Amino acid sequence: MPRIGVFICHCGINIEKTVDTAKVAEAARSFPGVVFAADYKYMCSDPGQNMILDAIREYNLDRIVVGACSPSLHEPTFQACVAKADLNPYFFEMANLREQVSWVTHDREMATEKAIQAVRMAVAKAGKSEPLASQSLPITKKALVIGGGISGIQAALDIAEAGFPVILVEREPSIGGRMAQLDKTFPTLDCSACILTPKMVEAARNPNITIHTYAEVENVAGFIGNFEVTIRKKARSIDMSKCTGCGVCYEKCPVKVPNKFEEGTGERKAIYVPFPQAVPNKPVIDREVCLHFTKGKCGICAKMCPAEAVVYNQEDEVITEKVGAIIVATGFDLFDTKRYEEYAGGAHPDMITSLQFERLINASGPTQGKLRRPSDGKEPETIVFIQCVGSRDDKMGRPYCSRICCMYTAKQTILVREKFPNARIFVFFMDIRTAGKNYEEFCRRAIEDYNAEYIRGRVSKIYPSGDKLIVEGSDTILGRPVEIAADLVVLAAGAEARADAKDLARMLGIQTDQYNFFSEAHAKLRPVETMTGGIFLAGACQFPRDIPDCVASASASAAKALALFGKPELASLPTVAKVDESRCSGCMACLSVCPYSAVTMEEVKNKSGGIREVARVNPGVCQGCGACAAACNAGVIDLLGYTNEQIACQVDAALL
Amino acid sequence: MSKAEEKEKTENAEKHEWEPKIVGFLCRWCSYAGADLAGSSRIEYPPNVRVIRVPCSGRVNPLHVLRAFRKGADAVLVAGCHPGDCHYSEGNYYARRRLDVLKELLEFIGIEPERFRLEWCSASEARRFADVITEVTGQVKKLGPLNPKENKNG
Repeated sequence: MPRIGVFICHCGINIEKTVDTAKVAEAARSFPGVVFAADYKYMCSDPGQNMILDAIREYNLDRIVVGACSPSLHEPTFQACVAKADLNPYFFEMANLREQVSWVTHDREMATEKAIQAVRMAVAKAGKSEPLASQSLPITKKALVIGGGISGIQAALDIAEAGFPVILVEREPSIGGRMAQLDKTFPTLDCSACILTPKMVEAARNPNITIHTYAEVENVAGFIGNFEVTIRKKARSIDMSKCTGCGVCYEKCPVKVPNKFEEGTGERKAIYVPFPQAVPNKPVIDREVCLHFTKGKCGICAKMCPAEAVVYNQEDEVITEKVGAIIVATGFDLFDTKRYEEYAGGAHPDMITSLQFERLINASGPTQGKLRRPSDGKEPETIVFIQCVGSRDDKMGRPYCSRICCMYTAKQTILVREKFPNARIFVFFMDIRTAGKNYEEFCRRAIEDYNAEYIRGRVSKIYPSGDKLIVEGSDTILGRPVEIAADLVVLAAGAEARADAKDLARMLGIQTDQYNFFSEAHAKLRPVETMTGGIFLAGACQFPRDIPDCVASASASAAKALALFGKPELASLPTVAKVDESRCSGCMACLSVCPYSAVTMEEVKNKSGGIREVARVNPGVCQGCGACAAACNAGVIDLLGYTNEQIACQVDAALL
Repeated sequence: MSKAEEKEKTENAEKHEWEPKIVGFLCRWCSYAGADLAGSSRIEYPPNVRVIRVPCSGRVNPLHVLRAFRKGADAVLVAGCHPGDCHYSEGNYYARRRLDVLKELLEFIGIEPERFRLEWCSASEARRFADVITEVTGQVKKLGPLNPKENKNG
């Protein structure tokens, strides 16, 4: 028979005001197993905790029930308290008398009655509690970073600088990501490449960082501290150890296709480096367009290569790595502006996206930074920027604000003004959102010093007329329609989740929100952790973010990974599922409902020597949801800490 | 309890409005937290629900619900995270599938469907939690006790 002690907290007057705590303690004395009950003003205080410790010694208590606030607040406090008296922390049970009784019930009699019920249920559960223990799990002190943009690079550098190895996987032929595509950055107007490329080189040089470009994560198994990752390194058709990056191959290659890095504004060859500062600065062959692969002809690059580095028959390489933490930094996609059919039927050569604008105004872009109309190469005299294209638009399924567009549009108006002092620059906006250090000042400068004409209102229609694009909208401040004949229209396309974000989420076992951005564990207090232990988020894969926010979240996720690596070993969750293997029929209904692949099928020997299959739960992987326990047809899986017996006792106590 | 006390209690019960007993299985991540928030927000609701904290609505075995009815519950509530928001990815889907079947079974054995509720209530939906409890309590009060004469120990 357990010896249970019950302690009822007044919480100052928070509980005492509507619950007669002395009466609750008095009632508790009659519950089965209770040998001591008392009430006190603040159980969580030092005197309150000492009262528990003294009573444990004096009355030889082995189970403790505290009726106080919500267990989400002070359960750890009291678990630590009973552990001081050498009691297992899971011999402690809590009754929620504040959030779920005194604060929601005004009638003192009813509240007292409800409190007595809650304590009776907690006592019943405590009476059936078993000692639970964590297991020690090893930690592989190595990180995987998925995505080699600024967020991934920053996270990798931070972890590497702390002395731990990092594997950085990037699916494009070069690291750099979105930031490499940008011309200048707000609010300082320093050139994006000038601040990014040193970091790219630093990452490549760091001995703790292994970069796999043109590679994708194909599978993730395991759990916090002990992931096993499969990475497919796509065939580059280049022997990386021989290639010197001289560039003769892509000079001579006869095939030209639109360059994805240039957002289609420029061309690349079939063998290419996506941009001049690429890291690694070694080409890949696009097998879908290369003549050698499509027609079996050509072979010029192989002939020209002085290092004999072109290897046409190279195959994909699949490698596996063990890592302890994973940082997801896969970035964002751009909203497809073609979905706005009212804007020139969705497409027109002189209507470009903001990212195409970045390439066209960039000195290393396809036009060497000379901003010209794509249709006829003329200098644009009237340029219209339209904000919130695929942001804050419910009809497009994008009701959220993309956060970066107001600022990059202001920046782009400044970049235009610097090239064309006499151009007319219009910006259609809904609201200007400039929450950031020096952001508002920057935007005011675009309007006041650079004379960008901001018009508050939506654009309803864009259509070509002669060599112009007619932009029809409204000025909602002046309350009148506006019509502008534009030479160039720039659509501030919103950021959205990567098209394949959901697939990656499933592979990693992390959650996504309604827009397929990855979900954090807690919106405010755990912003870079996911609900899955050991997997962290960095940058715009979580929500649209500008560069400073990406870098900050990347460093934060690195800090979380490092906090994990700083531990000698991991303690697993003690409240896990457990199979009574002697009674398991091996139906494996549990296996199919386990979200963590914690259940495995094992072969055990019968007493007669025969082999039989049973389910086994890996307590290191199990997250304690209990789905298997509810699914078990034979009722032989139980969830420790929430056993069938404990739940039954609580039900019975609730209805006495 | 002496016979006199028992008689007094019956008389009191007749005098006072009858109060149903409702067992509520709340998932710890969403609905239990929503109930806590109702407290922090000081939203009053009827005191009839007796809360059992479970890690996930998917932990709730239909047998737990049946036991509650057998032991004298007038209604049972299972509340978890909204579909898609389960802390364990999919536990609430399993709960939904299982408990929908249970609901039909309950009807078959003569327990009104209003006596069993599966609800989604997030950690931020304090008002919704209070409304659900208020609604269930009101509905069950109208229905009256479940098999009042039956032996609870059966």
